[in-house]
Amino acid sequence: MRSIGKGIPKLDGIAIATGKPVYTEDLAVPGALTVKILRSPHAFAKITSIDVSGAEKLAGVECVLTYKDVPGIRFTTAGQSYPEPSPYDRLILDQVVRYVGDEVAVIAAVDEKTALKAMGLIKVEYEVWDPVLDFEQAAGHPSVVHPEDDLHCNYDIGLDREKNIASTHLTEAGDVEEELRQCAVIVEETCYTQAQAQAMMETYRAFSYLDHADRLTVVSSTQIPFHVRRILSRALQIPAGRIRVIKPRIGGGFGGKQTAVAEIFPALVTLKTGKPAKIVYERKETFTCSNSRHAMRLKVRLGADREGYIRAVDIQGLSDTGAYGEHAPTVFSVAGEKTLPLYNKTNAVRYTGHAVYTNKMPAGALRGYGATQGTFALETAVNKLAAKLNLDPAEIRLRNLIREGETSLLHSDHPLGSSSLHRCIEKGKEMIGWDEKYPRRDAGNNKVRAVGMAVTMQGSGIAGLETASAEIRLNDDGAFSLLIGSTDMGTGSDTILAQMAAEVLSTEVENIIVHAADTDVSPYDPGSYASSTTYVTGMAVVKAAEDLKQQIIRSGAGLLNAPPEAVAFDGETVSTKDGEQSISLKKLAELLVLGAGKHQLAGIATYGSPVSPPPFVAGFAEVEVDRETGKVDLIDFVAVVDCGTVINPNLAGVQAEGGIVQGVGMALFEEVRYDHRGNLQTNSFMQYKIPCRKDIGGIRVAFEESFEPTGPFGAKSIGEVVTNTPAPAIVDAVYNAVGVRITRLPVTPEKVFMGMRSLL
Amino acid sequence: MNKSGLTLGRVVQPDTIEEAYQALTEHKDSAVLGGCAFLLLGSRKIGTAVDLSRLNLDYIKEQDEHIEIGAMATFRDVETSPVLQAYFSGVLPGAAGCVMGVQFRNIVTVGATVYSKYGFSDLITPLMALDAEVELFKGGRMPLAGFMEQPAARDILTRVFIKKSPMKAAYQNLRNSATDYPILNVAVSLLHNRWRVVVGARPQRAQIAPLASEALSRGTPNLESVDRAAGLAAEELPFGNNNRGSAEYRKAMCKVLIKRAVTEVLECK
Amino acid sequence: MQIEVTINNKKTTLEIEKDELLADTLRANGWLSIRKGCDSSSCGLCTVWMDGKPVLSCSVFSFRAHGKSITTIEGVRGEAGELARFLAAEGADQCGFCSPGLLMTVLAMKRELPDPTEETIKHYLTGNLCRCTGYIGQLRAIKKYLGVA
Repeated sequence: MRSIGKGIPKLDGIAIATGKPVYTEDLAVPGALTVKILRSPHAFAKITSIDVSGAEKLAGVECVLTYKDVPGIRFTTAGQSYPEPSPYDRLILDQVVRYVGDEVAVIAAVDEKTALKAMGLIKVEYEVWDPVLDFEQAAGHPSVVHPEDDLHCNYDIGLDREKNIASTHLTEAGDVEEELRQCAVIVEETCYTQAQAQAMMETYRAFSYLDHADRLTVVSSTQIPFHVRRILSRALQIPAGRIRVIKPRIGGGFGGKQTAVAEIFPALVTLKTGKPAKIVYERKETFTCSNSRHAMRLKVRLGADREGYIRAVDIQGLSDTGAYGEHAPTVFSVAGEKTLPLYNKTNAVRYTGHAVYTNKMPAGALRGYGATQGTFALETAVNKLAAKLNLDPAEIRLRNLIREGETSLLHSDHPLGSSSLHRCIEKGKEMIGWDEKYPRRDAGNNKVRAVGMAVTMQGSGIAGLETASAEIRLNDDGAFSLLIGSTDMGTGSDTILAQMAAEVLSTEVENIIVHAADTDVSPYDPGSYASSTTYVTGMAVVKAAEDLKQQIIRSGAGLLNAPPEAVAFDGETVSTKDGEQSISLKKLAELLVLGAGKHQLAGIATYGSPVSPPPFVAGFAEVEVDRETGKVDLIDFVAVVDCGTVINPNLAGVQAEGGIVQGVGMALFEEVRYDHRGNLQTNSFMQYKIPCRKDIGGIRVAFEESFEPTGPFGAKSIGEVVTNTPAPAIVDAVYNAVGVRITRLPVTPEKVFMGMRSLL
Repeated sequence: MNKSGLTLGRVVQPDTIEEAYQALTEHKDSAVLGGCAFLLLGSRKIGTAVDLSRLNLDYIKEQDEHIEIGAMATFRDVETSPVLQAYFSGVLPGAAGCVMGVQFRNIVTVGATVYSKYGFSDLITPLMALDAEVELFKGGRMPLAGFMEQPAARDILTRVFIKKSPMKAAYQNLRNSATDYPILNVAVSLLHNRWRVVVGARPQRAQIAPLASEALSRGTPNLESVDRAAGLAAEELPFGNNNRGSAEYRKAMCKVLIKRAVTEVLECK
Repeated sequence: MQIEVTINNKKTTLEIEKDELLADTLRANGWLSIRKGCDSSSCGLCTVWMDGKPVLSCSVFSFRAHGKSITTIEGVRGEAGELARFLAAEGADQCGFCSPGLLMTVLAMKRELPDPTEETIKHYLTGNLCRCTGYIGQLRAIKKYLGVA
């Protein structure tokens, strides 16, 4: 392989690393109006009067918009294929405000200073209502977060507005209660995961303008340009064909930008005023007025026989979707979908529960998308079961985990296409020194070292639903243009898709121009989420490139006056197999755009998969716990990854390292705190602590390649799965160290210390 | 765009400390500008901002009897000062180095931190253990411990003095993430058998633990007496709850950190 | 008010507001490598050199830059490009948003610390947050660039 499996540097690496101005704010139209948003100070209230006259009169203010100035059509901001499973429960601006930070008025002015001054002149009166702040009290709470009757669902997602239930879910096979009754050993654990923040370095920002054809162009730091176009079309009530959405280089997303957070506001202003407009969210706004991971409570019951075979898994979930329901039903279902298939010696499984509305910032998509929460709960329960049975946690997994070719209760007709998970566990054990270190060793000086492990799976794209298209064109200079709609947010997906095309066309990556994420130009792509770009868009790229290759052969053959079967293409030349004649690709490309050839070549393909082949990770943590303070230091973390064929080992490795550290943040540092009035207190990097360099010990990643037959060159995804193992592995390591099992994240020194105290 | 709502009406950059004091006291809504990092977290409207940059107070000097730290010396200056590394077991550079990153430490100043009496400060606790003195323009020179107790009054802190001696010291702190505020911190010093124990970030500001200090100073410390003295500190000082920790936890940690700090000093004899 | 400041070796006079912050002044004058990633002096994205010292430009009043020399990554392009190649070779140049601030801090460290170890590198770079890479790939690249074992 010339490109696949090579650590080729990212196409945009040097430019972005040295600060080239290629991000959204850098590209904003000079002189664009600055858009600022007046936000609700109350968690739940109705605007009884709003007077913007003082603000409007201020010199330099272009417009001030309220709920009276926007269409009354509800929509969702969720980046999902249409028809979206998320409820249409939003207006651009609503008379009812549902969380502290909810939008009240949109101000557009010549500069920020003026916009902020104008904001201070807006007079709003609220009728304040009693907010729903505790998601465990939300269902049936006297306050109804969504009292409106024009809330719309595309599907029956089990929404019960009056009860604050955003969605309801039940998946089951077999009779779980009966099976549990027959089990010799039962373990139960209730876990709470926090509303983790994506905390990408580039906050939300977008700018918009009307182009030469009077079409609304929106440039946004987004993961979902096509979905944004459709969402804006509905929200603004203009045809999608009149909207263009472009995604330039962006500074991270992690799922936060799989929701149309900010685009609507400058777009609205541009439509109202005819002028370019831009919005740049501050960090505090990003923490408090966008979206987060769904906080969840998951109660797991495992039933096993005496030999340690898990025969029943029952998970009851409750998910806090906050003030609006984007991604609510889907995140909830993924928590079960990407956990239950792991342990396939079961006779019965069940996953059930609700997502509920509360008067807090909405939850949305964050890397892992429910699987992270589900993995934390299930793996913690499996570790607890291992302890109860006096079995090594690695051993209990080797015994119970699904293998390649096997089925699970929920996928009885879909054998697992590829898995090296058992090899991942063996390799990980070896790398961390599991047998010597499990469970704990005294480290002297009142410190104890211990290890813990967890496994996880995710998906690769969304089976049977989402498709991606790709187009690859032979240019007149003999190089190629690859047109895709996927959204490289720093991951390097543009680069690896170029690697795939280059591999098929037997050329160098440098000969492929990648153009991405412009809805006027790109073939349709849902965007980069659900771990779909390598697997789904990748397959489309491969098919498009193969199509183009065949066309090159046919055209070359035509110009050589030979039948296509008699010629071959090696990336540079089309030649007859007898070696007599040849034409260079360069020459061929030249001729094809002239009268001689009259046929510019382009390969195009659409791909969607009927399956979502899971990647797997076996994660191992070594911690050192200070017995006197409860402080947990992460000494070493080993992750062995099965993502099928590794397309680019450097980029895949960094994805794993980055995902692990996000998981470590969730496990040990990232605390989310609200006050009793619904104000998010952890609203800055000073209060919300993502891991810094000194918080990380050693991290080691290894790959155990399997071969996924349905994936491009055998590849599966890697984007999300890498986040899920640190929290359960660390929690079990702490348990192995000092006998305290923290089930409410994050693990803090005080929790460990107090836990140890309670054992005395 | 100003990231906060902080606005400055007038900026005064006096060449003498007298002018600076006059500008400060002449106007009601005035403030001294130190490093400004904490000022920028708020949304004050400062009518008259008094900038001390022209007063040449950004130094750390070794004098005959004292080490003198100018108010505009930064945390990074403290961290890298060869003079401060040579004295008091290098406790001040170590403590200053606990705060955020180098870019932050190149901005925040000793004067602003000490004057503001921040509870969470990593620097005030060891300064108190070293029995530092502060000099205020109006208030004159006084022990830091005394300054910490007196009510806030408009003044300008110009210098910090630490008497040169063979004093040994240690600083211990407990924080979750390395760039976080401390949950609790402790500094102890030893000079000619005289111990001083100081506890900060309680979350309240640093205070001397007099009974603990006295108990340690009686005779040669052994495991038992150190344990007892640490327990005394935990009893005699008040602790509070905040987002970083509970009073109960802090009280327990006080004992642990003092034991560790004392052990550290004993081991570097 | 007016300030005289040398930016990337070029002396210039700028018109600023009293409470303007250096990061905003620099961006407004075309130095677009400066990013603001936070509002609490916590992330390091806005790092520039002021008289050779790495500082958070978001937390420095522009009037304090009067008479001083400011260096942004645009001013050390050659050196930064070389370091960036090491990052790119590890795949540790992910979204790139934290990179200019990180590179400026690394290059300042190179000038300030003669013999850095892994520990001193981590300590010096603590104030540069990154959410994409998990820091490990960046550390590999930086050690290779500096020739540290």
